[in-house]
Amino acid sequence: MPFGTTLRTAAIATAVATLASTAALAQKKYDTGASDTEIKIGNIMPYSGPASAYGIIGKTEEAYFKMINDKGGINGRKINFVSYDDAYSPPKAVEQVRKLVESDEVLAVFNPLGTPSNTAIQKYLNAKKIPQLFVATGATKWNDPKNFPWTIGWQPSYQSEAQIYAKYLMKEKPDAKIAILYQNDDFGKDYLKGTKDGLGAKASSMIIMEESYEISEPSIDGHIVKIKAANPDVLLIYTTPKFAAQTIKKTAELNWKPLQILTNVSISVGSVMKPAGFEAGQNVLSAAYAKDSTDPQWASDAGMKRWNEFVDKYMPGADKTDTSMVYGYGAASTLVKVLEMCGDDLTRANLMKQAASLKDFTPDTLLPGVKINTSATDFAPIAQLQMQRFKGEKWELFGEIISGDVASE
Amino acid sequence: MSAAEEVVAEGHEAVEAVPKRAMTLGTGTSLVVLAALLIAPVFVKNFIIFQMTMLLIYGLAVLALNILTGGSGQFSLGQSAFYAVGAYTTAVLMEHFNINYALTLPIAGVICFGFGYLFGKPALRLSGVYLALATFALATAMPQLLKLNFLEHWTGGVQGLVVTKPDAPFGLPMSQDMWLYYFTLVVTLAIYIFSVNLLRSRSGRAFMAIRDNEIAASAMGVDVALYKTLAFGVSAAITGIAGSLGAIAVQFVAPDSYTITLAISLFLGMVVGGVGWLPGSIVGAAFIIFVPNIAEGISKGLSGAVFGVLLFLVIYLVPHGARQAAILGHQLAGKLRKN
Repeated sequence: MPFGTTLRTAAIATAVATLASTAALAQKKYDTGASDTEIKIGNIMPYSGPASAYGIIGKTEEAYFKMINDKGGINGRKINFVSYDDAYSPPKAVEQVRKLVESDEVLAVFNPLGTPSNTAIQKYLNAKKIPQLFVATGATKWNDPKNFPWTIGWQPSYQSEAQIYAKYLMKEKPDAKIAILYQNDDFGKDYLKGTKDGLGAKASSMIIMEESYEISEPSIDGHIVKIKAANPDVLLIYTTPKFAAQTIKKTAELNWKPLQILTNVSISVGSVMKPAGFEAGQNVLSAAYAKDSTDPQWASDAGMKRWNEFVDKYMPGADKTDTSMVYGYGAASTLVKVLEMCGDDLTRANLMKQAASLKDFTPDTLLPGVKINTSATDFAPIAQLQMQRFKGEKWELFGEIISGDVASE
Repeated sequence: MSAAEEVVAEGHEAVEAVPKRAMTLGTGTSLVVLAALLIAPVFVKNFIIFQMTMLLIYGLAVLALNILTGGSGQFSLGQSAFYAVGAYTTAVLMEHFNINYALTLPIAGVICFGFGYLFGKPALRLSGVYLALATFALATAMPQLLKLNFLEHWTGGVQGLVVTKPDAPFGLPMSQDMWLYYFTLVVTLAIYIFSVNLLRSRSGRAFMAIRDNEIAASAMGVDVALYKTLAFGVSAAITGIAGSLGAIAVQFVAPDSYTITLAISLFLGMVVGGVGWLPGSIVGAAFIIFVPNIAEGISKGLSGAVFGVLLFLVIYLVPHGARQAAILGHQLAGKLRKN
C-alpha cells in the first residue's frame, strides 16, 4: 500500500472511530448479570449464626429494591437481589460468593457483611474483576484502591472514628487518665489502634488501662469493677450494643461518673440508652453519621419521613428501633444512586468507576451535612462524623462535622 | 445421671452393631464411586468443583471422627480445634515460610498427631459424656487461642491470613479449582485406604476391642491407654490434614472459621453418615454442606428451624444414618435379583 493511501485510510479510520465513540454514548453495554430488563446483584449476610442480628440489613435492602422495582426500576431495569446466608463463617462466605458469581452470574456483590467474610472473598473477587461494593464493615483496609481496585467500603472506618475521640480528648481534657474497654476482635482492636494513633506520643501516658472482654461473656460487670479500681477519669466504651448498655448501667450503679465515650456502633437510643436507663446515660459522648430512628428530633425530618413510609409499606411489623434498618436503607440507596449514574453502560468497570465518582451524595438517613464523596483514590464513601452528647432522652449534636479519613496501610 | 448413661449406652449400641467387614463398601461399588469422582469435574462448572473439593475435605474430617468414635468408641466434640491447627499450620508455613503447599500437609498431620496424642493422654481418664465435654472445652478455647497477642505475628490475629491458591503444576491445562480437586482426591483416597487398612489391622482390632468392652480388652492384653491415645492421635492427624486442604481451598484462615459450630457439624456428619461406616463420611459431609443451603432455599428467616426439622427427620427415619439406607438398598437389590 502506498504511503498516501495509508494516510488516507488512517484519517478515515480516525473519523469513523470518532463518530463511533459519539454513538457509543447512547449504545448499551453489558457485562454478565445485566440486561435490558434486569440487573442482578449478589449479597451475603449472616441470617443465621452468632451475628444473625445483622440479617435484618439484608432484609431491608431486599425490601428497598422491591420498592425501587415497584416504582419502575432503574432506567427501566429491575433489580434482582440474590442474598445468601453465610452464617458469619468465612468458608461458607467463599462458597456462597462463588455460587453468586459462577452459578447465579451476578453483576456485582453488594454490601457483604463482616470483616472476616469480606477478607475471605476479597482476593477472589478482585482476581475475577467483580465489584465488591460498599462492604458492611468498618475496618480500615477497604480503602485501598491501589491493591484492591474492585473493593470499596461504605461506613466510616472504626479507626477514623477513634481518632476523632482521641483528638477531642487531647483538646478538651489533655491530662485525662483514660481506660479503654474493648471487644477482643477486629472491631475492638481497630478502635484501640485508632485511639493510640490519634493520641500519638501521649498515648502511653494518657492510657492507664486497656481491658478486653470476649463477645461470648454473658456480663461484663466484673470488668467495670476492675476498671473503676484503677481510677481513670475517662472511659472509652468500644463495645457492641448489649455490652454498651451493661457498661453504662454498671458505672451508674457503682456511682462512678467518669467521662464516657461510646462507639457509634452502640448509640441506638432504643437498644442501648433506654435499657441502660436514661438517667445513667446523661452526658455520655459519641459520634454519629446517620440519623437515629428512635430519636424524636428527626420525627419531622423529610428524609426520615420517607424512611418511615418505606418501613410501614415494605417491612410492616418490623422493629423500628433497630438501627440495622437505617443502615440497610442508606447502603441500598447508595447502590441505586450508583446504578442510576451508570446509565446504559452496565459493565463492571463502569460500575466501579461510577462508585468511585460519587459527589456530595446524601441518602435520606445521613445526618445533615454528612455527604458521600468518593474518587479514584478515595474508596471511603462516608468519612464524616459529628460529636454528640446524650441529654434527656436523645442525642444532641455539637461541634462541627469532622472528617476523619484514614488511609489504608 | 442415669439418663446420660443411657444416652452413652445407646450410642455404644449403634457402634457395636458394626462388624469390621461392614465398615467398607464392596469392590464394585467402590470403583463406581471412584469413577464418578474422577470424571465428574470435567463436566461441571468451577463452582461445583469447589463444592466437591469441600465435600472431600469435610468427608476426611468426618472420617477422622469416625475412626475415633466408630473405631475406638471415644467421643469428641473438639475436632474443630485439630482442624484449625492443621489449617493454620498450612497457612503460616505457606505465607510466612514460602513452603510448598503439598509439603505442608504432612507437617500439619505430624503436628496434629502430636497435639491429639498429648490431649488424649489426660483425657484418657474420662469417658463417654465427660470426654465429649473435655473436647468441647478445647473447641471453645481454640478460636480465642488463635487471637492471642503473642501468636498474632504468625496467625494474623483476628484478621486471619490470606492463602495463595496453587496453580496446576507442569503447565497442566486445568484450572486451579480442578487441580486442587484432583490433589484433594488423591490425598483423600490415600487416607481412606490407610484408614480401612488400619481398622483391619491388629491396631484396628485393638481399637474395636476397647470400644466393645474396655475391661475385656485389657484382660486380653490390649494396652488400653496406648491405643486410646493412638486413636486420638490418628484422628487428629487426619483432621489436621483436612484442615490444611480446607485452608488452601478457601484461601483464608481466621478464628471465626473454626468455632464450635464446625465441631458440631462434623459430629452431625458422622451420625448422619452412620457411626463406624467409613464410606458414610462422604454422605455425612454432603449433609452438612448441602442441607443448610436447601434449608435456606425453603425459608431464609427460619433456615435454622428448617435445618432442624430435616435433621430430625433423618434421625427419626434412619437412625443409623446412611449405613442403614445402604443396607436397606442392598437388601432391596437382593430381593429384586431373586424375583
